[in-house]
Amino acid sequence: MSNDIKISKGLDIKLVGQAEKKTDTAIISNFYTVRPEDFHLVTPKLVVKVGNKVKAGSTLFYNKENESVKFASPVSGEVVEIERGEKRRVLAIKIKADKTQEFEEFGALAASADADAVKSRLLESGAWAFVKQRPYDVIANPEVQPKSIFVSAYASAPLAADLDYTLAGKEEELQAAVSALAKLTAGKVHVSVGKNSNSPLSNLSDITLHKVSGPHPSGNVGTQINKIDPINKGETVWTVSAQDLVIIGELLLTGKFNAERIIAFAGSSVKSPRYFKTKIGAEVSTMVYDNGVEQDGNDRIISGNVLSGKQVKPDGCLDYYSNIITVIPEGDDYEFFGWNKPIFNKISTSRALTFSWLMPNKKFDLNTNTNGEHRAFVTTGNYEEVFPLDIFPLQILKACKYQDLDEMEALGMYEVAPEDFALTEFICVSKQPHQNIIREGLDLMYKEIG
Amino acid sequence: MGLKSNLHNLKLKYQGTKMAPAFNAIHTFLYLPNETTHGGTHIKAADDLKRTMNIVIMALVPCLLFGIFNAGYQHYAAIDAAKGVIREASLFGNFITWDNFIVGAWTVLPLVIVSYGVGLIVEFIFAIIKGHEVEEGYLVTGMLVPLIVPVDIPLWMLAVAVIFGVVIGKEVFGGTGMNILNPALTIRAFLFFAYPTWMSGDKVWVHEAVERAGTADAISGETLLGAYAQNSSLAGIDYMDMFFGFIPGSVGETSKLLIILGAAILIFTKVGSWRIIVSTLIGALAMGLIFNGVVDAGWIGESSKFYGLMNVPFWQHLIIGSILFGAVYMATDPVSASQTNKGKWIYGFLIGFISIMIRVFNPAYPEGVFLAILLMNVFAPTIDHYVVQGNVKKRMKRLKVKTA
Repeated sequence: MSNDIKISKGLDIKLVGQAEKKTDTAIISNFYTVRPEDFHLVTPKLVVKVGNKVKAGSTLFYNKENESVKFASPVSGEVVEIERGEKRRVLAIKIKADKTQEFEEFGALAASADADAVKSRLLESGAWAFVKQRPYDVIANPEVQPKSIFVSAYASAPLAADLDYTLAGKEEELQAAVSALAKLTAGKVHVSVGKNSNSPLSNLSDITLHKVSGPHPSGNVGTQINKIDPINKGETVWTVSAQDLVIIGELLLTGKFNAERIIAFAGSSVKSPRYFKTKIGAEVSTMVYDNGVEQDGNDRIISGNVLSGKQVKPDGCLDYYSNIITVIPEGDDYEFFGWNKPIFNKISTSRALTFSWLMPNKKFDLNTNTNGEHRAFVTTGNYEEVFPLDIFPLQILKACKYQDLDEMEALGMYEVAPEDFALTEFICVSKQPHQNIIREGLDLMYKEIG
Repeated sequence: MGLKSNLHNLKLKYQGTKMAPAFNAIHTFLYLPNETTHGGTHIKAADDLKRTMNIVIMALVPCLLFGIFNAGYQHYAAIDAAKGVIREASLFGNFITWDNFIVGAWTVLPLVIVSYGVGLIVEFIFAIIKGHEVEEGYLVTGMLVPLIVPVDIPLWMLAVAVIFGVVIGKEVFGGTGMNILNPALTIRAFLFFAYPTWMSGDKVWVHEAVERAGTADAISGETLLGAYAQNSSLAGIDYMDMFFGFIPGSVGETSKLLIILGAAILIFTKVGSWRIIVSTLIGALAMGLIFNGVVDAGWIGESSKFYGLMNVPFWQHLIIGSILFGAVYMATDPVSASQTNKGKWIYGFLIGFISIMIRVFNPAYPEGVFLAILLMNVFAPTIDHYVVQGNVKKRMKRLKVKTA
C-alpha cells in the first residue's frame, strides 16, 4: 500500500556544490574519533582506557543512566587518547586504526529471531545508538515499546546526499533491518521515499511505504510523522535514518558491526563535490583536502548539512549520524550598506529588495554571515510559510523561552525535534537560534517530565 | 586603511564598554556586521530587521512628500476660501509648487526632525543603560509620528509625547518586539488626551489656522470628517479630491492613492500582512453598511446628531479620515497585532468595525481609528489565545480518540 504525502509549505534551498554521483574511496583515516556529545543527553561511562585494544563493534562506553545502551567503536585499533573537558567530562575518544580491521563477532541472527533477540543484539553491538525516539529526539529507551517506527529515505535538505544513490545495492541489508525493527513495534514501520525516486527501499516488505513530494522539510522524518501518525502525549515513536539501516542490516546478517557508509562531500567551497566511502568517526582531513578545499581557505567545514550540521575543525571527524560533509565559505566580513541595498545573491522568502523570488532555479553560494544582528521576535506569519507541521511555530518557541511546560506540552512539543525548526531559523528576520531554543525546551521537559 | 577596517578597529576598541551599543548602531547602519552563525543553521536568509523596517519607511515616503505639499496647499487654499475663492485642485497647476513646498517643508520637516531626534536619543539612552543593541523599531515609529499629527502641533508637545510613547509604550516592556501597544499610536493618544485643543477641533488641521483665529484674516482649519459630524460638508471638495488627498487632515494620511501604493509595496514585499489590511477594510465597510441600513430603515431622522456620518455611503468611509492609513501602516505592526494568521482576520475586522463605530458615535472627535487600533492591540493576545487553543484542542481530541 502506498500513501502519498504532499507538502506545500516549505522552502527548497538550492546551493552551489551538489555532490556529483561518483564515489571515491577516501584515504584511509589513521585515527577515528567518537564524540559522546553526538548522543544527546547520554552520560558516558567509559569501559576502555588509553592503550586498550578494541575491535570494530567493541563497546567504548555505555550510558550511565541506562547501562544496556552501549556505544561501539567504529574500527579496530588502539585507544590513543581520551579527551576530557570541564569536570572531566569525556569529549572524545580517539582510536588509532589497525591496518587490517578485526570485527567483534556477534554472530548472524536468524530471520526468525524474536523481538527480544533482536533488541539484545542491537544493544550489545552498539547499533542501538542508531535508533532514536520522539519525544525528545534522543536515543530510544529500549524498555518502551514504540507505537510505530519511521524511516525517511528521502533527503530534501540543502545539498543532501542522495539516498537513492548511496543506498543502491543494499536491498538485502535494508530488508533485514526493517524486518527486525518491525518486530520491535506493535504498529507499523513507515518508510518514506521521494515521489519520483527509484529508491532501494521502495520494494521492501514488512513496511508501509509513503511517497513524499514537495519542498524541504518534506524529507524530514518529523514532517512525515506529523502527516502520517502524529505523536500524542504518552506515546513514543522511533526513528532510524536510512543509511544507518544498512549498518543494522549488515550486523544482523553477518554479525559484524561495519561502520562504513557512503557520504556526500558537498558545498560551494569544494572544487569537485562527490561521494566518499568512509567510516563513522573518520578524520575529515582525509576527505576535504583531496581535490576539495584550499588548504588555507577561509571555510567552514560542517559535519552534516548546512541547516542542522555541526561545525568541525579541519582535524575534526565525521559525526556518528551524518552522511554528508559540507564546506561553505565563512562570511566574517562586513558588507557596505548590506541592510538596504538590493540583493541578488542571497536567498530570501520576502521580496524586501531581495530578488531570489525572481530566480527560483538559481543555485546560490551562501556563506556563514548572519546577514544581520540578533533581535527579539518581531515579524509574524513568515515562519508558517515554511513550517508544514500542524503546530504554531512562533508560539511554541516563545513557550520554550519562558519555560512554560504546560504550554509547551499543549502546543505539541512531544512531536518536534530541533531539526524541524531549521527552516524557520534560516528565514528568521530576528536571527533567533530556533534549534537551540527547541533543544533546550526538550531538555527541560525531559528533566522535569521524563 | 579603508573606512571598513578603521571602523572594525574602533568596534574592537569599544567592545564591552558602555558606549558599544551606540557605536554599533552607527556602524551597522553603514555596514552589515561581520557576524557569523554559531550553532544552529550555518546559513541565514538575507532579511534582517533593518531591511524589513526600511521597506516600511520607503512605503511611507510618498505619503510624507505628499503631506509636505498638501500642508502648503491647504494653507493657501484656506486663505483663498476665507476670501471667498473656491480652489479647484490640480496636481501641477496649484499643488506641486514652490510656495506649497516651502510652507509644507517649514512646518512638516521640523516634526520629522523632532520625532526622530527625540525618539532616537531615548532609544540610545536605553540601549546604553540596558546594554543591548539599538533596535530598529523606532525607525518606523519615528516616521509614522509626523504623519499622524496636525501640522501645527507645537514641537515641544511632540517631544514630550515621543518621550512618553517610547518609554511607556515600548521600553518599559523591554524594547522592540515586547511592546503591547503600537508606540506611534501611544504617542498620538498621549497628545490627544494631554493637549486636546491641539489635536482636534476645527482649527488645527491647516497651517496658521489657530494663529489667525479671531483676527480679520481668520481661515478655516476644519477637516471633512469634522464637517460631516456636524451634518455639513466642506465646499469645493469632490470624491476625487478625497481619493487623491487634496483635503485637510493629519500630515500624511490624506492621500488615499499613495496609501494604496504603500499598501501595494508592503504586501508585495511580504512585510505587511495583507490579511490585516483586507480584513480591516472589510470591517469598516461592514459597519458602514449597517449604519446605511439604519438610515434607510428610517430609525434615525435628519435631526439626529449622528445622521451626518451615518448617512455617508459606506464606501466613502474609506476615503475620508484616516481609516486607510491606519489599516495599512498602523494595524499591520506585527508586534502589537495578532500573531496568528486566523487571528489577524479577526483582529483586522474588529479594528475596521470599531473605527467606524467610534467615528459615527463620537461627534466631539470623529476619528476613531487610532482608538480602535489601540483597543484591539490590547485584545490581540486574547484573540491569539483562542486561535491557539483551537490547535491545542485538536491535539487533545486526537489523544482522546486514541485512548477511547
